[in-house]
Amino acid sequence: MLAMLIRRLIQSIVVMLVVAFIAFSLFQFVGDPINNMVGQEASAQERAELRERLGLNDPIPIQFMRFVGNAAQGNFGISYRMARPVSAVIAERLPATLELAMISAFFALSMGIGLGVYTALKRSGVLSNFIMTVSLIGVSLPTFLIGILLIYIFAVELRWLPSFGRGQVVRISDWWTTGLLTPSGRASLILPAITLGLFQLTLIMRLVRAEMLEVLRTDYIKFARARGLAQRSIHFHHALKNTLLPVITITGLQLGTIIAFAIITETVFQWPGVGLLFINAIRFVDVPMMSAYLVLIALVFVVINLIVDVLYFVVDPRLRATKH
Amino acid sequence: MNDVLLSVRDLVVEFPKRDKVLTALDHINLEVRRGEILGMVGESGAGKSLTGAAIIGLLEPPGRIAHGEIVLDGQRIDNLPYGQMRRIRGRKIGMVFQDPLTSLNPILTIAEQLIETIRTHLPMNEKQARERAVELLEEVGIPAARRRLDDYPHHFSGGMRQRVVIALALAGEPDLIIADEPTTALDVSVQAQIIDVLKRLCRDRGASVILVTHDMGVIAEAADRVAVLYAGRVAEIGPVRQVVKDPSHPYTVGLMGSIPSVVHDIDRLTQIPGSMPRLDNIPQGCAFNPRCSQVHDRCYRDRPNLIAVESKPDNQVACWLFDERASS
Repeated sequence: MLAMLIRRLIQSIVVMLVVAFIAFSLFQFVGDPINNMVGQEASAQERAELRERLGLNDPIPIQFMRFVGNAAQGNFGISYRMARPVSAVIAERLPATLELAMISAFFALSMGIGLGVYTALKRSGVLSNFIMTVSLIGVSLPTFLIGILLIYIFAVELRWLPSFGRGQVVRISDWWTTGLLTPSGRASLILPAITLGLFQLTLIMRLVRAEMLEVLRTDYIKFARARGLAQRSIHFHHALKNTLLPVITITGLQLGTIIAFAIITETVFQWPGVGLLFINAIRFVDVPMMSAYLVLIALVFVVINLIVDVLYFVVDPRLRATKH
Repeated sequence: MNDVLLSVRDLVVEFPKRDKVLTALDHINLEVRRGEILGMVGESGAGKSLTGAAIIGLLEPPGRIAHGEIVLDGQRIDNLPYGQMRRIRGRKIGMVFQDPLTSLNPILTIAEQLIETIRTHLPMNEKQARERAVELLEEVGIPAARRRLDDYPHHFSGGMRQRVVIALALAGEPDLIIADEPTTALDVSVQAQIIDVLKRLCRDRGASVILVTHDMGVIAEAADRVAVLYAGRVAEIGPVRQVVKDPSHPYTVGLMGSIPSVVHDIDRLTQIPGSMPRLDNIPQGCAFNPRCSQVHDRCYRDRPNLIAVESKPDNQVACWLFDERASS
């Protein structure tokens, strides 16, 4: 277990270095940073001095090492657009995205597993067929369309829920603001969370259903039935636990996707998170911001993958070191 | 007739398909006596495993019992609702499957699986059930049973896993065990051990066993009586010595002739021409008529039922040859 963890950690570091290199390359290829910093009337002399001062004349490997060293300390430089440290801006925006992602992941997981199990057990039921048909729509509709539809129905027509923003937020520490503690904050979360989670929900549901049907056909489930075990135990203790192994993999990756690609949902709902920040950064060629976002998302994926690997060990005894 | 534990009467199992109904078991009649091992042989698709599944009430849909009855210990069990049948499975009828590698839940320990099964059927608390689990594992011959209780299935070898499977099948102390090809997936050297375990356990407990297999060696070794199935029908049923040494039905004769023997030096093994008909293509009359060497008119016309053979009181054969002898 420990050896596996160490091996995975080393792999993670390699992945992070590769992503860091790509993020670093952005500075080299996306425009000349000097142009962005100094005005039109700066002389060639001034430009050369600034270039020297910023270390842009150093060999590439040294610049890269400097970049990695700074990034490891959370220092991604100054945003071109906002003239503030990138890390401070991201830290300010991150709680909004994480909150949205967690709520929609919880929504997708609980509903996805529940409905998946239900449709697998009641394979030919009317309700099952209905759910499966609706889920097909959920998979095929693009996220922005779902968001716009939800806004139209619940915000414009019914006027039940707000159509944009985070509502009222409460600062619970220096680096975390939450919308969960106010009624308007909670109401604002509902539509974006559903929009962001709907695709994952249908995906998880279909996956759980397929896996569950597969497991229900196995010999050990037949044997459990032949031993007269209770239906509930067979379904939820024997079958569901075996179903969860592949589900964990996909769900882990999907959770990363939820955080990384909240961009569209955040744009539709004007959600003040890092996705919206990133879109604006692209629009204004804010390179430090873009590279920081890239590294951040890679970190999210790497961490989630690590957690998934550890979860495997918890769920599947076959992976644990043998006792004998 | 108090020594009869299970009797299957005119059992018909059908599989409705889109355009027609396939009859997989066609009026099966057999009895299992208390404490005996009834072997069930036949080619693949003859209906051996299906008979077992029908008895324990686990036919895969859309398969269904269309006719006949199954009586266990004086109680009719083929038409019980799910909840009542569940109480019979494991408690009255145990089942052992073919492949021990896939019969055990890979992510639960042996203890978890045993204790759950024991507590489903017997009024025991966790601790008592755990003790019982150790006893069961010792009974089926697992060394250091107490230490191995909390192991997972993948810690055991194939033969040991089949012992665990048998222990699980016995956990509810059933009167009847249906063993569906219990040795087919095992090494030859382990097969004999598993058969020994089965034989010893049913002798000690007075339990009956239906031993489904296509291995005549296993039947000759373990069974008291044997039923030969062909195309979903019982061709011949009787004491194992008579059926093996002196078969009556032409199909059984061919089946026994096709088994190589070390003791008797035979030049050539006989073979039965052709192959068993598919379920949608069973001929009228006797199902064996296209392949039979002694076929006559009546075999194409009427279907033979099980009839007693004059010289062998315990044998029953579904063949017109013996009816003619009786009448002439």
